[in-house]
Amino acid sequence: MRRSVHCDPEGPGATAPPPSLTLRGVVKRFRGPNGRTRTVLDGLDLTVKPGEFMALIGPTGCGKSTVLSLISGAARPDGGQVLVGGEPVSGADPRTGFVFQQDAVFPWKTVLANVAAGPRFRGVDRKDAETRAHDWLHRVGLSGFEHYYPHQLSGGMRKRVALAQTLVNEPRLLLLDEPFSGLDAQTRQIMCDELLDLWEGTGASVVLVTHDLEEAIALADSVAVLTAGPTAVKKEFAVDLPRPRRVREIRFRQRFVELHEQVWSCLSDEVRIAYARTTTAAV
Amino acid sequence: MPARRPRRSDPAAPHDDGPAVLDHASADGLRPNGTGADRPRRSRRRLWIVCGQLALLVAFVGAWQGLAQAKVIDVFFFGEPSGVWRQLSTWVQSGTAEGPLWMQAWVTFQETLIGFGIGVALGVTFGILLGRIQVLADLLSVYIGAANSIPRIVLGSVFVIWFGLGMTSKVALVVVLVFFNVFFNAFQGAREVDHGLVANARQLGAGRIAVLLQVILPAAFSWIIASLRTAFGYAVTGAVVGELLGAQQGLGTLIAQAQGDFNPDGVYAGLLVTTTLALAAEGAITLVERRLLRWRPQRPQSP
Repeated sequence: MRRSVHCDPEGPGATAPPPSLTLRGVVKRFRGPNGRTRTVLDGLDLTVKPGEFMALIGPTGCGKSTVLSLISGAARPDGGQVLVGGEPVSGADPRTGFVFQQDAVFPWKTVLANVAAGPRFRGVDRKDAETRAHDWLHRVGLSGFEHYYPHQLSGGMRKRVALAQTLVNEPRLLLLDEPFSGLDAQTRQIMCDELLDLWEGTGASVVLVTHDLEEAIALADSVAVLTAGPTAVKKEFAVDLPRPRRVREIRFRQRFVELHEQVWSCLSDEVRIAYARTTTAAV
Repeated sequence: MPARRPRRSDPAAPHDDGPAVLDHASADGLRPNGTGADRPRRSRRRLWIVCGQLALLVAFVGAWQGLAQAKVIDVFFFGEPSGVWRQLSTWVQSGTAEGPLWMQAWVTFQETLIGFGIGVALGVTFGILLGRIQVLADLLSVYIGAANSIPRIVLGSVFVIWFGLGMTSKVALVVVLVFFNVFFNAFQGAREVDHGLVANARQLGAGRIAVLLQVILPAAFSWIIASLRTAFGYAVTGAVVGELLGAQQGLGTLIAQAQGDFNPDGVYAGLLVTTTLALAAEGAITLVERRLLRWRPQRPQSP
């Protein structure tokens, strides 16, 4: 069953349907330090249906983050097309929200000002922006921390601020770049569950980049395994686990274990290739 | 000239300070700023330090006075503390040759402040522009480097010729001295801004101006503020040296006259007033710094 789309009275954005996402034959090259170009993405095809939660998983350094920066409009493809809602991406799309891998909250802004920053940048007046920020801080469980500075919070709390900061803009397409990578295992599980709760309330389309297979299967509707660079989609797996899910419990289901087995056998070759490459490069 | 590092922790990594608290922590579970137990010990230690500092001062001034009275050092050349004190009270009670003392101090202070303000504004503006716009940096860095290697204090003489003996020539010298100090730090600060923060701001909907004012500027601020202290020292130097080179008013003029009269006590008295002004201003800068950099983790108190 698909989750219901709750309409948020404060933001008109939430009423808009989530867009689809299509990557068609995407090529991305980078110029290396020695002047040689390195092809990172080579003919990558990917389709995310409106409201779908897609996880991209692949070996480290395979260009997963590059895919996200292309979708966000921060970088342009050297070939192929990136379409959000059927339109080619050009520059930062107001419908798109991006939770970065590193801590990207503004250390000089209080928690409240951090979360209110998005609406403020988009021209909402201070009072309304702060009302919306309060609301989202409440949803991520940070009520009472409005006037703290990020350095006074733990890593998990800062991640919540980052989530609220992105979600307050009511993105219809949410990009998550290893959002919980810096956190310990327990905090990670809690955050995964909270992410699912928050997302089920918004109904946005999601692309999650991760190297954690359990996290990918537990969260997503489908998992795309990427090849070790130059990167393309090797195989896509539909995750037919029922929702709503509890990340802590779902890992013990028979179907989860089967899926884990299948995806891992597909992924492990790529991990081996990537690993061999790093060790030979070091010699 | 190498840019000075910010005084506290690196602004690029303001989070790596001490253990983070548990997730779901309550407000009182947060890292305390100092435990209650060692507070009395610390304040007692502080008292001892202040006493020691005062003792050093008394010993120095006493030794100077004693040696002068014992005729070990020549008062004609080296002056004596009581002479400095006499000179100061004369200036305070009956004014200087140029007018009341506070007026001279005010003139110097004005030159310092105006020049400092303009210099900081220009330094920050150019530093951030060149730090963010590569073409500008490529075009201008050669000339800025060259201008920086001029012994700038000499420009004071040029400014006296250009702008005359009034306040403008001193302000110009202060601006030149302050500018380079602040410029290099602002430049470095703007370059070192965390790329992720800029990307995040863009994605959240910030335009170019908003990125500049709300991301680049605050991020570079730790670097800029680090340069303000030294820059203020240069500002005072610029104002006083400017006056020494030729002026009708100001503390530098007092010092120059005392020098002309072979009156070392007058030189010291002028220096004393200048130093007091500079210290007061530095205190003000510290207050501003505390206010503006509240967001940064406190440096653990050094023993």
